Amino acid sequence: MTAATLEVTRPRRRPLGSAPLWLAAALLAAVSTVLSDRLPAWAVEYPRAWRLPIEPWISAAMKWLINDATFGLFTFQEFTRSISWLFNWLLEAAYGLLAQGFTFGKGEDALHIPHVSWIALIVVLVFFARRVGGRGLALFVAFCFLYLAVFGQWSSAMVTLASIVISVPFGVLAGLLVGIAAYRNAWVEKAVTPLLDLMQTVPVFAYLVPILFLFGFGPVAAMIATMIYAAPPMVRLTVLALRGVPEEIKEYGRMAGCSRHQHMWKVLVPAAKSGLLVGLNQVVMLSLNMVIIASMIGAGGLGFDVLHALRRLAIGEGLEAGIAITLLAIALDRLSQAAATRPPPAHGSVRDGSWLARNRLAVGALVLLLVSMAAGALVPAIAAYPEPWTVTTGKFWDEVVAWLNINLFDTITIVKTWLLVNLMLPVKEFMLALPWPVLLGLLAFAGWRLGGWRLALLPVALGAFILLTGNWEKAMITVYLCGLSVVIAAAIGIPLGIWAAGNRRRTGGTLAVIDTLQTLPSFVYLIPVIMLFSVGDFSAMIAVVAFALAPAVRYTVHGLNQVPEHLVEAGRAQGCSRRQMLWKIRMPLALPEIMLGINQTIMMALSMLVITALVGTRDLGQEVFTALAKADTGKGIVAGLCVAFIAITADRLIQAWSRRRKAQLGVA
Amino acid sequence: MKNLIRTAVAAGALALAASAPAAAAAPESDEPIILTLHDWSGQYITTTIMGNVLKSMGYNVEYVQADYLAQFAGIETGDLTVAMELWDTTAAEALAASIATGNTIDLGETGMAAKEEWWYPIYMKELCPGLPDWQALNACAELFATPETGSKGRYLGGPVTWGGWDDERVEALNLDFEVIHAGTDAALFAELESAYQRKAPFLGWVYAPHWAPAKYEGEWVEFPPYSAECYNDPSVGLNPDMAYDCGKPSGLVRKAGWAGGEAVWPCAYQAIRAFRMDNATMGELVAEVDLEGVSVDDAVNAWMDANEATWQSWTACEG
Repeated sequence: MTAATLEVTRPRRRPLGSAPLWLAAALLAAVSTVLSDRLPAWAVEYPRAWRLPIEPWISAAMKWLINDATFGLFTFQEFTRSISWLFNWLLEAAYGLLAQGFTFGKGEDALHIPHVSWIALIVVLVFFARRVGGRGLALFVAFCFLYLAVFGQWSSAMVTLASIVISVPFGVLAGLLVGIAAYRNAWVEKAVTPLLDLMQTVPVFAYLVPILFLFGFGPVAAMIATMIYAAPPMVRLTVLALRGVPEEIKEYGRMAGCSRHQHMWKVLVPAAKSGLLVGLNQVVMLSLNMVIIASMIGAGGLGFDVLHALRRLAIGEGLEAGIAITLLAIALDRLSQAAATRPPPAHGSVRDGSWLARNRLAVGALVLLLVSMAAGALVPAIAAYPEPWTVTTGKFWDEVVAWLNINLFDTITIVKTWLLVNLMLPVKEFMLALPWPVLLGLLAFAGWRLGGWRLALLPVALGAFILLTGNWEKAMITVYLCGLSVVIAAAIGIPLGIWAAGNRRRTGGTLAVIDTLQTLPSFVYLIPVIMLFSVGDFSAMIAVVAFALAPAVRYTVHGLNQVPEHLVEAGRAQGCSRRQMLWKIRMPLALPEIMLGINQTIMMALSMLVITALVGTRDLGQEVFTALAKADTGKGIVAGLCVAFIAITADRLIQAWSRRRKAQLGVA
Repeated sequence: MKNLIRTAVAAGALALAASAPAAAAAPESDEPIILTLHDWSGQYITTTIMGNVLKSMGYNVEYVQADYLAQFAGIETGDLTVAMELWDTTAAEALAASIATGNTIDLGETGMAAKEEWWYPIYMKELCPGLPDWQALNACAELFATPETGSKGRYLGGPVTWGGWDDERVEALNLDFEVIHAGTDAALFAELESAYQRKAPFLGWVYAPHWAPAKYEGEWVEFPPYSAECYNDPSVGLNPDMAYDCGKPSGLVRKAGWAGGEAVWPCAYQAIRAFRMDNATMGELVAEVDLEGVSVDDAVNAWMDANEATWQSWTACEG
């Protein structure tokens, strides 16, 4: 035990090799920036003439795909359109059931069957929650759905719910199948991994235009975009979870003579359940994250309400709709988790009795829902929550923001101006003045020190793409904005995580706040932020920090809490003070986890770019946003790839650093 | 059981159909007419009125949320049928390009006229007495300055996608201003609201018909009047070397639709062509919805009840 502690406190090698080399590299960057006027012009600003016309190539390829690509019997577009026809059919059914009812015939003479009653739906969901998760869950679900009814969000929430109910199972299933294929074949995994990186880091707006062309306008296109964004974690977690199944269980499956199919579905998948459930959680959360963006291209529902309210600067109304999204996300997540982890019924007990007796609850629920639909036709209050009973706190929040604005604006402006002049503008100017060959050289050096020549080549290749497409300056503004935001998020998030990690109650409370911050659509707090901080980089930075804070806190808590008990024990035996325990033992050991948290913070910060484009930044996010508005496929995809490449560079370098560090500490 | 329900439904539908007023022309097709919705209330109102009128004629109507400029791709393929508000000021180029494909047709003007220009709250006039004349702007530039813009004044322009040539205008007219682009309409008006609450300086892009000119008291800056030559020909206007040395054009708000729809729903297309609304009426409706919190449906229903003769006249189908 002492040996282990010794190794922790006094690593044999100095970390990261030779410090003088790093120092020299940093100096070179600083000097080259100061002297950038004396350098040849091409080194400071990449010449326009050296650009490659990649954007038109992509646009042309897309045009070909949409107009001419064919499988022989049918064209590519006919293929995608038939997919959207299928989804549309499912979605219509879900809409009809939950939100709109069914209409036969046309115009004003049509026959209308109302949708499922709000009362019946709440009753059924609460019973279901009671059954799978106990009383606590039942109360929580009742609270969430009553909120939707009482605050007048019911009908919009049902539109959102309908699309989630269809898209999540498909996303999970697709993710699971791809994950299984990747687990079975190494080459599938090799092919899929970079694709997943792109799916998660290319901003959604970048591929919306081609999706609109291929799948048509409307809720289906929004749903497909949601799936592309939300499914990758499911794939990753499936592979991880299947790998994590203990060798003994696999062995047992083989000994029992399972076929390949049985081995997968009866042994591996059930054994990997807890990992797969995290995947489910991520799909649900990310799908609801997309609600706002999806509503911009035709999904309607709560996302549209948020947008519409904020367009009118009805901040309170926007907040109420935003909270509805958060509650829906958390309720769906807890329900699906509980349903999936419910212990299987004892063997034999289920098979007794007739089919009716076994499925009493399901049949009861179905009858209740159907009866309520019929009753809703006679009594409107049964079908839809009566409007006079709704409550709103909208005015109150509007007044809170107005009060803050009138009374605190001047103070806020002083702080803002100081930060702008002393921190943000200098960093921005530095990034823009930094000659591109120097930055690429630095990245290559870092890659080489951390992971050998392959890691040195990667940033150079990705950076070359950004240069060749002429997006360097915008990429530097992106790096400046996200970089600063990440530093600030880490400066707030890591201490907060340290504070929360000590104590179970604090951990629970902090994580609940963090969850809310992450599922609450950022647009909701963006508008008050603009009112208080005006349009500009500062507002963008606040929005990014608020969203990217979550992983910094979460991974710090996680890292500190999972430090091996025997090492903590050893520290105590050595007579370490509390302070020494934290800084000499727990923090160094948690550092790799914390760095992964920073990695995720960077990813979150980059994924917020598209949202900050809405407040008028001039970075790659804006480029993507403009391309969307002009339906320019090539431009959007190129700018989206540039964002992804920044993310991938940061990710690979940090991962390599974290791996080395872990190896040095012997906690790999 | 299933058959029973189906029969009952069919019988019910028949009974209802039979009781329908015989005067209404039978719609030519069950295919839904898909109207696009954008994210500002005025467009929402216009579209809902048109949708209700089409429903009263017996058509199936659907609404789809679509991006203002990206929607043309959908209209050309027939995924979307009709766009009710295309402003000459922001969509003229995209509309012309779309019509050139042959798959989109102009469905005429809406009767509303778009006005957009640099705008300031009325209290700024006391601090900068020369307004609304644009030549007073430079003397007051410091008034509008912020730490980010240095000594230059700050003008909050619309999202980059709105175009508007403000950067060029600043250069051509030699204004000591920096154009900051708000990313969205919401961001633009959030800042206006914030400034107005504090009676702080504000100069930004405001347009009508919109709720803002109704809610906030203010005026548009008067630039040299717009002409097509001023935009196209550098030699025209005050600055002999540069174009855009004048104000923004005001323009009509048009409707457009999928060309193929003409054959599917001829009467519906006639009704859409006949749709007319003026700025004053629209301003009232938008104010009701955005400022008084009346729902779009309620506001539209109230208007339709009060103006039945007006919209009934659009539905007459000849031919």
